Amino acid sequence: MTTMISWTVATSRRLARQERRRRLGPLGVLTHVALLVWSLLVIVPILWTFLASVKSEDEIFGDAWSLPATLHWDNFARAWEQAHIGQYMLNSVIVVSFSTFGTMLIGSMAAYVLARYPFRGNRAIYLLFVSGLAFPVYLALTPLFFVVQNMGNVPLIGPFIGLNTHAGLVLVYIAYSMPFTVFFLSAFFRTLPTAVGEAAMVDGASHTRVFFQIMLPMAKPGIISITIFNILGQWNQYQLPLVLLQERDKWVLTMGIADISTAAGYDQDWSALFAALTLAILPMLVVYTVFQRQIQSGLTSGALK
Amino acid sequence: MIFNRYRRGLFITSFLAAPVILYLVYVISPYIQAFYIAMTDWRGVTATPTFIGLDNFKRLFSDGTFWKAVTHNGALLVLLPLITIVIALFFAFLLNVGGAQGTSGIRGSKFYRVVFFFPQVLAVAVVAVLFQQVFRPDGSGMLNGPLMALGVRPIGFLSDPDVAFWSVLGVMVWQAVGFYVVLFSAGLASIPRDMFEAAQIDGAGRVSLFFRITLPLLWDTVQVAWVYLGILALDVFAIVWVMTDQHGGPDWSTTVMAAEIYRNAFQYFRFGYASALGVIMFFFTVGFAILSLRLSRRERIEY
Repeated sequence: MTTMISWTVATSRRLARQERRRRLGPLGVLTHVALLVWSLLVIVPILWTFLASVKSEDEIFGDAWSLPATLHWDNFARAWEQAHIGQYMLNSVIVVSFSTFGTMLIGSMAAYVLARYPFRGNRAIYLLFVSGLAFPVYLALTPLFFVVQNMGNVPLIGPFIGLNTHAGLVLVYIAYSMPFTVFFLSAFFRTLPTAVGEAAMVDGASHTRVFFQIMLPMAKPGIISITIFNILGQWNQYQLPLVLLQERDKWVLTMGIADISTAAGYDQDWSALFAALTLAILPMLVVYTVFQRQIQSGLTSGALK
Repeated sequence: MIFNRYRRGLFITSFLAAPVILYLVYVISPYIQAFYIAMTDWRGVTATPTFIGLDNFKRLFSDGTFWKAVTHNGALLVLLPLITIVIALFFAFLLNVGGAQGTSGIRGSKFYRVVFFFPQVLAVAVVAVLFQQVFRPDGSGMLNGPLMALGVRPIGFLSDPDVAFWSVLGVMVWQAVGFYVVLFSAGLASIPRDMFEAAQIDGAGRVSLFFRITLPLLWDTVQVAWVYLGILALDVFAIVWVMTDQHGGPDWSTTVMAAEIYRNAFQYFRFGYASALGVIMFFFTVGFAILSLRLSRRERIEY
């Protein structure tokens, strides 16, 4: 009986396979070719960069597709130390950690209150936040520079939040991340059930406690999506730090990479540039491969609301 | 009771104070100031800028570089969404419905989805530097190397004014496609399987399966994609600024509005003029948003 079943299963599998092959036909083959070609378009430039990162200067200026004779790992040391990629990466980590944490903390607080507490002016404040979605950041760029410059004159905290400070950039990142964060999370908070929070209130929990211990944990899926969205957005930001950070030692990673490539040409360290690019790409590749499911759903749910 | 109301008010205020203040200071106030600065000749040297009305706008309209920037943003506004959506729809369809059975995904679709999406998580500035190297004009460039080996004259991807804009567009499409493949796949996943099966039984081929079933049911998602890509096309900066010669060259053949704003403000210190450009960009963006909402209004399909 069992052999009979397994024979049947095997045969039907074989038939299905044959059927698939028959139906695949020329169109199916073309399908695979198209998909494969795009995969190569994505992968090859990146692999080519990785390859160039272990080449010598002469090899980089030689044949584009030659393999390196010896592996020049020293390119990475030069990128890390002399081109300051290590410093820039550390700056990016510092800025993005604080700004993402700040964005999520005050963004979810605002979204929660706006979603759950009817009060006079609620709608107006909500629209004020969401209106930021429609405006191009470039309109605000010039005045923003002066706003941050003036922040430097505020007594006591001024020196920490003016131009060329990481804290100043963190505040700007948080502010510019508000529209989408509030928009997305308030929609999310509205969908959560009210009963649990009300029960906790009856038991004597404060509004604040209900938020941090009940609502926030319940909103976890939405929080994770928007956190991913903000981390990626702030890590990849180039425009705002370009305007607000002029001192080299404060720069973030994207500025450092762009600078090596645009720096005046003749004593350009090309192999260090490729090593720097690799250092910027590889960690993203690894993190993305590990968390690809969350990143894909986080970013697309961010887009689809 | 009164105490409760007081506590509730205090809670609301304490939760909203920080986000609202931060937002007013760093976002709203610059936006409002920009409209005023746009009507001044401010160059940052004087404390009080002189009001000059619409002079900046008059000058802008006779500025050749401005028109080039507007043309490039306009071309991107049409081409970027069109090309990206067509490619992404094609791939999403193949990955989700285009399988051998016609209603199932193709083999290896998970792998393709992971690979296609990857450029999306890279910083635009990093992508720009990467392609600057890929596009190098001599035999050491990734593309020109093989071309020259074949005896073809090298292409000035970034140095030929007739080609540079297309290189920019190409890189933008390269980066965007994966995201929209995943977005459309998510849309397709919400369409009931039996819709496709029923159409298949009725004898629909892949082409009519795509145009008669997939596209109409996916129309809402396509609209979202259109708006997002349109905004991307209007906002493009880092690709042009980092990748192309002289930040928008050669010969202003790739410059865009955002790059001109940055150049005027932070290289020429013409803050008034740059803000006027920002105001024009603002009207483009709002105009585009209204237009796309109007045009895309269409009856929703329920299923």
